[in-house]
Amino acid sequence: MSEHNPFPGEKNSGHVWDDNLRELLNEPPTWWTIGFHASWIFVLLYTLLYPSWPLINSHFKGVLGWTSITEYKRDMEAIEEIRGPYEDKIKTLSAAEILADEELSNYVMRSAKVLFGDNCAACHGSGGQGISNFPVLADDDWLYGGLITDIETTITGGRQGIMTAQASLLNEAETAKLTSAILAGNVASEPLFTEKGCVACHGADARGMTVMGSANLTDSIWRFASADQLASIRYTILHGVNDASDAQTRNAVMPVFGGRLSETDIRKLAVYVHKLGGGQQPAIEAAAATTTP
Amino acid sequence: MEPRAITGTGQTEINHKHVDDLYEETGYWHVNTGDEVIHAKRMPGKFRTIKWYTASIWLIFFIGPYLRWGDRQAVLFNIPKRQFYIFDITIMPQDVWMLAMVLLFFAILLAAVTSIAGRVFCGFFCFQTIWTDVYTWIEEKLEGNPAQRRKLDKEPFSAHKLRIKAIKHTLWILIGILTGISFVAWFTDAWQLWIDYFTLKAHPVSYITLVMFTLGTYILAGFLREQTCFWLCPYARIQGVMYDAETILPTYDIHRGEPRGKLKKDHPVEGNGDCIDCNQCVAVCPTGIDIRHGQQEGCITCALCLDACDSVMDKIHRPRGLIRYASLDEINGKPQLPLLKRPRVLVYFFIMTLSILGLGYGLTHLGTFDLKVLHERQPLFVQQSDGTIQNRYELKILNKTDSELNISINAAGPEGIIMHGVKEHTRLPANKLSSFTVFLRVPKGSLEHDRMPVTFRIHATEQPENSAEYKSMFYGPAK
Repeated sequence: MSEHNPFPGEKNSGHVWDDNLRELLNEPPTWWTIGFHASWIFVLLYTLLYPSWPLINSHFKGVLGWTSITEYKRDMEAIEEIRGPYEDKIKTLSAAEILADEELSNYVMRSAKVLFGDNCAACHGSGGQGISNFPVLADDDWLYGGLITDIETTITGGRQGIMTAQASLLNEAETAKLTSAILAGNVASEPLFTEKGCVACHGADARGMTVMGSANLTDSIWRFASADQLASIRYTILHGVNDASDAQTRNAVMPVFGGRLSETDIRKLAVYVHKLGGGQQPAIEAAAATTTP
Repeated sequence: MEPRAITGTGQTEINHKHVDDLYEETGYWHVNTGDEVIHAKRMPGKFRTIKWYTASIWLIFFIGPYLRWGDRQAVLFNIPKRQFYIFDITIMPQDVWMLAMVLLFFAILLAAVTSIAGRVFCGFFCFQTIWTDVYTWIEEKLEGNPAQRRKLDKEPFSAHKLRIKAIKHTLWILIGILTGISFVAWFTDAWQLWIDYFTLKAHPVSYITLVMFTLGTYILAGFLREQTCFWLCPYARIQGVMYDAETILPTYDIHRGEPRGKLKKDHPVEGNGDCIDCNQCVAVCPTGIDIRHGQQEGCITCALCLDACDSVMDKIHRPRGLIRYASLDEINGKPQLPLLKRPRVLVYFFIMTLSILGLGYGLTHLGTFDLKVLHERQPLFVQQSDGTIQNRYELKILNKTDSELNISINAAGPEGIIMHGVKEHTRLPANKLSSFTVFLRVPKGSLEHDRMPVTFRIHATEQPENSAEYKSMFYGPAK
């Protein structure tokens, strides 16, 4: 081969085919060489700075000592630094005080969204809009009262109202009369309402009592709402709510969150629920907070 | 190269002849891919003077950041705070559409100017041209004229050469550093930046930017020079295709110049054109091209060859303008369309006017507030125990002023509408977005449809003319 090089003086490897087809020994282009050297220098530096080479029992930790978990922790600390002052304040204040502080309650509205989603939204809906047979939290109709203290009590201790099944006490005609009167919102003037003892729990004006969580029967907000509201009211009258003696009774239990959530979290949730749209103010403050355009 | 003859039908032979012509033409092309360092001669003249004036516009880039307006920098692009200050105007992210208007204006301005008078930007305003010009000016002051520079480059290494080269590169790098600092200074407090740089307290991004700009300036203006215009710059390519036969460009008048020939005994040879082949136009060209080959991609239309040629024409007592700003039509003796009858120019002017009007509207309508209203979707509405329907809204109010403001919020909509949740007078912190939850209640009876329009209106309590409105919807039960 090389001893019969037909192109002497040319930078070729001496491999020649078909008389003149030969391999030249040109240098690679400068840009390529620069790129090549830059690449291995980068790899060397990178593996020196960051965790890289496997060792026998462990791996090389890198000069910078960087790990993804420390970066995560540092980021979390940065968030906690912003949250910290608010969280410290919330620990020392009552729910009513948090509610009165505009900045703090705004903070709660944003940060407690996760708490609400985890603990409340399954029954009450993500925006407190309620779902079938679970109460709406965004309106101003409260079975157990809509003051911030009431809401806090409800979350802490849970609620389980009782309405006895009336199936054995009412005949068909009486049931129909009461049902239509309730739907029309004028049950207070129906004689049967007093006769059958409904007043005991729902009050003489049929507006319900927050002490025992009895429903307001005069408005058009329904605890057990349904497309056929007449049938739903009738069902509630006949089978009651949480009445152990009736197998078909309605089931309505607000679970206890007292042991499951910290007091701070419950305070936050109380503020959150209060601000969903229907929270009530103590009588004096209510006048000041409501304005008309 | 020897074109390879391919036999075939007559038709293909003709086609091949055309292709061969193309190859033959490439034989004349002189393409400098960086193997040749251009040492351009400097000659005084009209366009040289103009070039210094247009270059001095870049002084704004160096001086601008140090101007003050009140207690802050007059022009400051504060990226972390997402606020741009231009004298007494504050531009926030939602006004950034105006940036699009500015970009549109300058993009079309570039197109319009290029269509009328060629690469004016490249020749007279481009930072690559200007910085290279300054770098070569320093080079000439230190190393002498082009012949001396070429000689010095070939000389073996010596203390003398080292001293000159060291001074040159130091000055180049200093200009690069100054360029980098000036760039960064537009984005942070300029005076503080100098202190921070020297006390090593500046933000890492400032240092990285500084290093990148220093290296970029040093390499691009010191070494790559015309290669940048040839191979790196996209505008060079874009502008090249924006020419037409009506565009006036530095052009060699081929009819007047040819046939070219050198002087014999200080007199032109009978029958020759005005070009005496003195090569001065090539010697002064910063990109090293020969304008006499006609318009080409390497020409940045800096017009320095016009100065060179005119001075030679003066010496041989011929009229100036053998190389002059002329359109292809003019050189070929065709009639020239007036500027305002050229459709392309008119379209460009029209778009420029639109963008200027848009910008003018934007700047005069910045306003005090920005109001956005988000309607709560879950639930869309709730019924209250008194029979009214309640909707919940999130009001996001941006106070664009530098001072705290007292504002009044109200809502107009269906009859009997009542607003809850916010106090009538609310304080808005300066330069900040605040959000408020607002409830609207409407009696069921006044809801004619399941959706009714409502309008939120806010105004500064002290200055009722500072206001903002937002149209939203009120949702009720389906009818």
